[in-house]
Amino acid sequence: MSASHHEEETHDMGLKVLSTSTIHPRVRTVQVSRPEAQDTTFLAATAKGLGVTLKHFARNLFLPMKKLAKRNAAGAPTDETWRNEIETVQYPEEKVTYPERFRGLHRLTLREDGNVRCVACMCCPTVCPAHCITIIPAETDDKGIEKKPAIFEIDELRCVVCGLCVEACPCDAIRMDTGMHARPVEDRADAIETRETMMGRGVRSIAVQGGEGPDWRAHGHEVTKTDVNR
Amino acid sequence: MKTLYDILDWPGTKWLFIVLALVMPLASLLTWAERRQSAMMQDRLGPNRANIGPVKIMGILHFVADAVKMIFKEDVIPANVHKGLFTLAPILALAPVLIAFCIIPFGPTIYPHVYTQTLDTYALATQPQNAMFADSIRLQMFQVDFGLIFYFAVLTLANYGGTIAGWASYNKWALLGGLRSSSQMMSYEVAMGMALMGAFLVTGSLEPGFIASHGASDSMSGSNPLNWLWLWQPVGLILFFTAAIAETKRAPFDIPEGEPEIIGYFVEYSGMRWGIFFLAEFIEIVFISSVIATVFFGGWQVPFLDADGFRVGGYVDQVNHISVGGWFRPLPHAIVTGLQFAAFGLKVILLCWFQLMIRWTLPRFRADQLMHLGWKLLLPLSLANIMVTALIKLLFMGGS
Repeated sequence: MSASHHEEETHDMGLKVLSTSTIHPRVRTVQVSRPEAQDTTFLAATAKGLGVTLKHFARNLFLPMKKLAKRNAAGAPTDETWRNEIETVQYPEEKVTYPERFRGLHRLTLREDGNVRCVACMCCPTVCPAHCITIIPAETDDKGIEKKPAIFEIDELRCVVCGLCVEACPCDAIRMDTGMHARPVEDRADAIETRETMMGRGVRSIAVQGGEGPDWRAHGHEVTKTDVNR
Repeated sequence: MKTLYDILDWPGTKWLFIVLALVMPLASLLTWAERRQSAMMQDRLGPNRANIGPVKIMGILHFVADAVKMIFKEDVIPANVHKGLFTLAPILALAPVLIAFCIIPFGPTIYPHVYTQTLDTYALATQPQNAMFADSIRLQMFQVDFGLIFYFAVLTLANYGGTIAGWASYNKWALLGGLRSSSQMMSYEVAMGMALMGAFLVTGSLEPGFIASHGASDSMSGSNPLNWLWLWQPVGLILFFTAAIAETKRAPFDIPEGEPEIIGYFVEYSGMRWGIFFLAEFIEIVFISSVIATVFFGGWQVPFLDADGFRVGGYVDQVNHISVGGWFRPLPHAIVTGLQFAAFGLKVILLCWFQLMIRWTLPRFRADQLMHLGWKLLLPLSLANIMVTALIKLLFMGGS
């Protein structure tokens, strides 16, 4: 390494290279020489920092909310220059939109006659890593599906929200697309979701499924690739 | 015979008034204001939800909720602590700060018999024994010539609170915090006293009431902002302010607490015992603000408001005792004292706000940087400030 190279580094980093190792050129003994005033008096830097924080404080204190501008989106476009910079979302009143694949509370989808689509095949309690799904099957008169869940319970305190139950379901009977959180409860027993509450959130599914109930084919629905795959 | 005025002029009444009605509410509000202000500085909203029914007022009631929470929290006293000292330490931290408030003049002297009239300053100067100036109430508890020395002496005792808490807690981190606390206090007490020495030289007095009412020079009215010491002792102001922030043990000088590393001398405290340490810290902020307002910013003086009314540019003629020149607007004594009392409160609140600004702007020092700043920078600079002030006083202001 040449001496001139050392000079350059001295200028760049405020480092004075005292000696360089013969084994590896990057191993060096250096002397740090920052301007003394910068290390000892903090006045200039303090004033600069106070300027930054004061600007934010005054702006956020005196200017109207930025979110008001967003809410007024339907009306005339509002100027965002004179809005503050507060990013807080005030949760119960304001909510952020979740991504489409957000996994929330479970729901049990319905057949067209309003019955539960689940055929109690026991795929979901088998795959569930937290063992939070309890299904007690019962016989049904519908010879096409043979079984239905007499009891379908999910313990939301044990659920790890992995979504494997939805993946495992062959009937599109259980979904996690409600976008809802598990609600806070005072009693552990209250955290158990029953068949009825999950059906209450249900929507009708048009995925292919056997059985004798009112059939999607009867309504002249064309079979699409998506339907068949589901 | 005790009259109502005697009771009002009794120091105990004033202490109850200033501590219970002004300082404690302000310090409690600061706990909320600090969180709200820091949030505003960081583009957040901060605590704004505490409410009693529909009464919300920007969440100002959070300090009530905090107090209720701390009072009802479990009071844990760990095994092996020295129970006597453990119990004593919060009191030792809180009491000196409250005692020190007795030297602060939080308003002018009130003459209750003339409160509807404009104060006759000439009569007050020549015949102070006149019946209309009787029963005066001085809004300062303890008027002594060694006022600011008394404050240093008393506030040094507050240091024992932290140190004893650290020792009595039977906890290594608490002990480290206590040691750091005492070393920081010792280092900065020196620079703090020396920084104020220049102000003593300029005014020739250690009595905060005298400094507030007279200002730096006798040739100007004490209400003239140019006569306040911020202009005459700018270096002293910056040095004292720096050392005073270090005294409150808050960031950037929060080495004794050091939340990210040792938590500090009150690591073993919980509930209201911890709350008292917390409150003492905020009362100290109010106190530091009061001292700086009194010494450097004219205390209870309103700009250009003399004892008899607003006077800009003029002066009182020594022969005819009427206001000459400039612009003069006489005001009743009650309005004058009211404005001056409010001015003191406003100055204290603004200085508290500025301390919070600094606390949320600067990162914390390392322990060695702290000592470096205290001993190698603040102390020599304050000594130089004393020398320069003394030289200027000797050469240009006629010595004495």
